[in-house]
Amino acid sequence: MSILTYGESVKQAMTTAMERDSSVFLMGIGVDDHKAIFGSAKGLVDRFGHDRVFDTPIAEAGMTGVAIGAALGGMKPVHIHIRADFLYLTLDQLFNIAAKWNYMFGGKMSVPIVVRAVIGRSWGQGAQHSQSPQSIIAHVPGIKVVMPTTAYDVKGLLLKAIFDPNPVVMIEHRLLYDIKGEVPDGYYEIEFGKGVCRREGSDLTIVATSYMVPEALKAAEFLSTHGINIEIIDPLTLVPLDEELILRSVKKTGRLLVADTGWTYCGFSAEIASRVAERGFSSLKGPVRRLGTAATVCPVSKSLENIFYPNAKTIVHEVCEMLGKKAPNSEVPLLESRFKGPF
Amino acid sequence: MATDKQTLVSLYKAMVRIRLAEERVAQIYPTDKIQSPIHLCIGQEAVSAGVCLAMKKEDHLYGTYRGHGVYLAKGGSMKEMFAELYAKDTGCSGGKGGSMHLIAPEVGLMGCSAIVASTIPLAVGDALAAKMQKKNRVSVAFFGDGAVAEGVFFESLNFAALKKLPVIFVCENNNYAVHSRISDRHKKTEFYRYGDVFGVPGKRFDGNNASAVYDSMRAAVAKVRKGGGPCLIEYVTYRLYEHVGPAQDHKEAYRELKKLKHAQKHDPIRQLEGVLTKKHKVPTDLFAKWQSEIRNEVTEAVQFAEESPAPPPERLFQHLYAEKS
Repeated sequence: MSILTYGESVKQAMTTAMERDSSVFLMGIGVDDHKAIFGSAKGLVDRFGHDRVFDTPIAEAGMTGVAIGAALGGMKPVHIHIRADFLYLTLDQLFNIAAKWNYMFGGKMSVPIVVRAVIGRSWGQGAQHSQSPQSIIAHVPGIKVVMPTTAYDVKGLLLKAIFDPNPVVMIEHRLLYDIKGEVPDGYYEIEFGKGVCRREGSDLTIVATSYMVPEALKAAEFLSTHGINIEIIDPLTLVPLDEELILRSVKKTGRLLVADTGWTYCGFSAEIASRVAERGFSSLKGPVRRLGTAATVCPVSKSLENIFYPNAKTIVHEVCEMLGKKAPNSEVPLLESRFKGPF
Repeated sequence: MATDKQTLVSLYKAMVRIRLAEERVAQIYPTDKIQSPIHLCIGQEAVSAGVCLAMKKEDHLYGTYRGHGVYLAKGGSMKEMFAELYAKDTGCSGGKGGSMHLIAPEVGLMGCSAIVASTIPLAVGDALAAKMQKKNRVSVAFFGDGAVAEGVFFESLNFAALKKLPVIFVCENNNYAVHSRISDRHKKTEFYRYGDVFGVPGKRFDGNNASAVYDSMRAAVAKVRKGGGPCLIEYVTYRLYEHVGPAQDHKEAYRELKKLKHAQKHDPIRQLEGVLTKKHKVPTDLFAKWQSEIRNEVTEAVQFAEESPAPPPERLFQHLYAEKS
């Protein structure tokens, strides 16, 4: 067991996978440069060589096709995008090829690729360095979508993803990269479709994804000093989804708030709300509510960026409204991030 | 012409196999037994036959929705193809792909896609895998002239050249992208030179001359297999049937009569028949015998397709995700 940052844990997962299987390789813009994707690929090129850790031309669509072709040819590629916004360039290959290949050929050829992408937030990431595309990707059958939250999750889920025979999109978050946690040494996998209860409580369930988990934990900590007990469920994998864990929690608390890193309209938060409405309606004591990024483009100006994102404070406000309680007068402490830009 | 008699006979049979199969498809289509889009390559058979016969079975080819030709020439099962066109459980894609999505990995046909140019980078990635695994395999990206306008085509050329990958880009130029002429889509129409700026050398050949296709492809395969890096070959041919469907549409405005006449005069099968007759003294009745054998194969395949069961309901969700790689 070691205490590692999320980024260090990514590196350990890559190292473990590449040691274990010579068909695993890492490709993407910047994997072998001096910054090595926020350090998460640092030293990998020295250890495994330029054939297995290589930079790519800036050609996201074509390079996704190359990764898929390499997978069809017997390799296990991991393709990283330093910002998730660039995934939009890859969607033809992801949706029309990777998601379809196994099904459309009656199970003859599967596509074991992992596409990793990092969501940016704060320090003016702006319109095109901040997007959370999980809902768009999860919409298309044939791809698995995972959003690891802790250093422990990211290693176990990345290892699971690499050795899964299907295309997996793993969405990471820049603000999680510097957060430390306990990580077991050696190889381990985290099962897909198994969510985690991050905090037990009885008054209200928050289903939170990725960086909204620490935000929700911060809010819950504050609320607990005011006698409100929040349960936090982190699905970890959006496809497949641990629906039962969410339904069990809502059955217990009777109230649901979904906090996602993306937009709410047609979003993952809408999916969770509708599933609970369909299968857990009788457990609900009041309407489900959702929090996500504001239904607009992410602005650079801090004065606007601060209100674009949901955070511990907006969660506290929402929870109090849902419980019909007056929000406490004391200031909600905000989550501190070590991220000071530029990227 | 370097090709020996035996190879010419193989090319001839491969082309006739494609032609007779597709003519049967066109004949059946109006009965509505085949309920999915079909894209025939009648008139273009020399390209599929020459390219595939110049490859080894273990070499990989990635094709397009106009895929009957490469599927059959690479060695795919006639029965499984017809069953797939009939969308039956016994089809090569279990009835889930249809005509546009043929596959036969056992003979190196790695799949066909309906999104133009989308399989070009796959062939490049497959070649990357071959190089990384130190396998002596060559991969072929097989696409039409419409695909050379897509971004991934250029991205693929650049990366293949950069990594000196064992991949051959084969452009089957049949003159039309859906109903659009080349001159309406491109200022520079020498597609074989589109790799020049990336360092991918290219050549253009007559795509209606099966032995020219075979010889050029064989030379390319040998060079690429030896580590010579990627190349681009353009084969110029002509589509005799409509873009999608079982009919001919030569009266439509987009067609060029001059090209049709040239194509009819240079039918790939008739041309090779002439060579085999004149130069190799193959008697007429032998052609008839081969055609009859192939017709029987097609008839058996149609019967197999008609008698095969449709996929049962439990197939709807099966294969969405693979259990094991």
